[in-house]
Amino acid sequence: MGRGWRELCLIVLPTVAIAAWAPNLYGNVLLLFNFVLYITLAQGMNAIYGFTGYLPFGYVGFFGAGAYGFAIAAMAGVHPAAALAVAGGAGIALGLILTPLLRLSGAYFAIANLAAAQAVYQVVANPALAPITKGPYGVSLSAVFAPRASYLVAVALMGATMAAIVWLRNGRFGLALMALRDDPVSAASAGVNIVRARTIAWLLSALVASLAGGAFAWQISVFYPETAFDMSISIFAIVFTLFGGAGTLLGPLIGVLLLYGVYNWIGIAVPQYFQLIYGALIVVLVLFLPNGLVSLLTQRGIRVP
Amino acid sequence: MSPEPPPLLEVRDLVKRFGGFRALDGLSLDLRAGEVLGLVGPNGSGKTTCINTIGGLQRPDGGVVTYDGRRIPGLRPHRLSRLGINRTYQSPRPFASLTVRENVLVAATEGCGSTPPDLDTLLASLGLAGQAARPAGELNSAEQKTLDLARALATAPRLLLVDELAAGLNPTELLRMAERLRALADRGMAILVVEHLMGFIERVTDRVIVMNAGRAIFGGRLAEAVRDGDVKRVFLGGAHGG
Repeated sequence: MGRGWRELCLIVLPTVAIAAWAPNLYGNVLLLFNFVLYITLAQGMNAIYGFTGYLPFGYVGFFGAGAYGFAIAAMAGVHPAAALAVAGGAGIALGLILTPLLRLSGAYFAIANLAAAQAVYQVVANPALAPITKGPYGVSLSAVFAPRASYLVAVALMGATMAAIVWLRNGRFGLALMALRDDPVSAASAGVNIVRARTIAWLLSALVASLAGGAFAWQISVFYPETAFDMSISIFAIVFTLFGGAGTLLGPLIGVLLLYGVYNWIGIAVPQYFQLIYGALIVVLVLFLPNGLVSLLTQRGIRVP
Repeated sequence: MSPEPPPLLEVRDLVKRFGGFRALDGLSLDLRAGEVLGLVGPNGSGKTTCINTIGGLQRPDGGVVTYDGRRIPGLRPHRLSRLGINRTYQSPRPFASLTVRENVLVAATEGCGSTPPDLDTLLASLGLAGQAARPAGELNSAEQKTLDLARALATAPRLLLVDELAAGLNPTELLRMAERLRALADRGMAILVVEHLMGFIERVTDRVIVMNAGRAIFGGRLAEAVRDGDVKRVFLGGAHGG
């Protein structure tokens, strides 16, 4: 697995090191945190969309489940590390409940998954559950507030997620996933247990999003259901992944750095034009580069990590 | 004289219904190791359904399929693959974004229950060595059909189900494909061939089963089949009989 180790050393480790060191150079840690968060979410989206072809529009459901899993545990006085485990457990549990959605395909899957995320949001935001979730009134985790530690946890999670993508791209399991993405019927003939393979990829991406949600909850410590289940989190993760190029390690990373960079830059410099420019950019890319920026190279037969 | 070995594949009274339509209506057949059996018949007579049912893609509604002394109906294709049953598809189904070599690599690593063949040798023997690094989606239709076969062979099958592999091949490719299948059978593989091209069937098969409306109406050599009254009626229509 020489190629995998090279990608790990030349791409994943430097990204992690830069992200971990960045707060010493740049003061807006929340902005840096959001970059790290979106790289993680885009790579988590990549694991399911890039390798199996399922596009989960309700991806934010796992993120919100993780955020609230962390919050409920932390409010009960659990140590943040254990609360993160609860966040991951919430994501896996939701993923298991939603595995029947994998029987659907294409737009049906995307819509059903979106509806599922909305359902979780409505449950969490329900005032009747206020004793547990604080309902629509939002949670405050000032007791465990630790911006530095939560930032480093997010960086570690980003590194682990990117390492998982390296494994998928270079390992036997990822190859089986890509085969079933291309043609599930002949993948089964070729010996791939398609139900099991899909479920593993699905739970992996659910775990990533829910841990990211947990780190997010820890970082910002005061939030509302609308924040943790904000649809634009799904949209961003999808757009960044598609823009850079799904199924690769670099694609989602480049997608986040460029698009989220542009997003923040336009949002500050010319906020009145932000949605126009951002929307036009996405339309142009989808029309002319449907497989993302990396396809500029892959079309020429160059392998992009 | 030593007794004949039992057939590798035994199909008894196989029934497959789609709604009220009986695509297979009590089909029986035997296939021994090293034997090539052709399945011929008009469109809709149940040939592909037979392959799909034996291959685990569709569940039979009745009957028994025994492979290597073991009943197999209901097993999913990935399990059958590891037991040594594999197939090609009527219209090829490559993993389009993977390279040709990765296509066969998936099958060798995931679907082989014994020792997989050497993949480079396999690709070379099928004339695909030069394409190994190309994405399978870029191959032409004949090459994709050959890749379907390569992928099936990468699992080292003992029973190979071939669904209209010859259609769309030019005469030279047809001849080569026929020789390949014969060579595989000579090394002990059992092969079930569904095909419309009678020249190909004659060249490849040891015997044929003629199907009509989900049943076998004739079993024997192709040369005898064309003299059989029932077969003539099915292929040419009742008025032409005699």
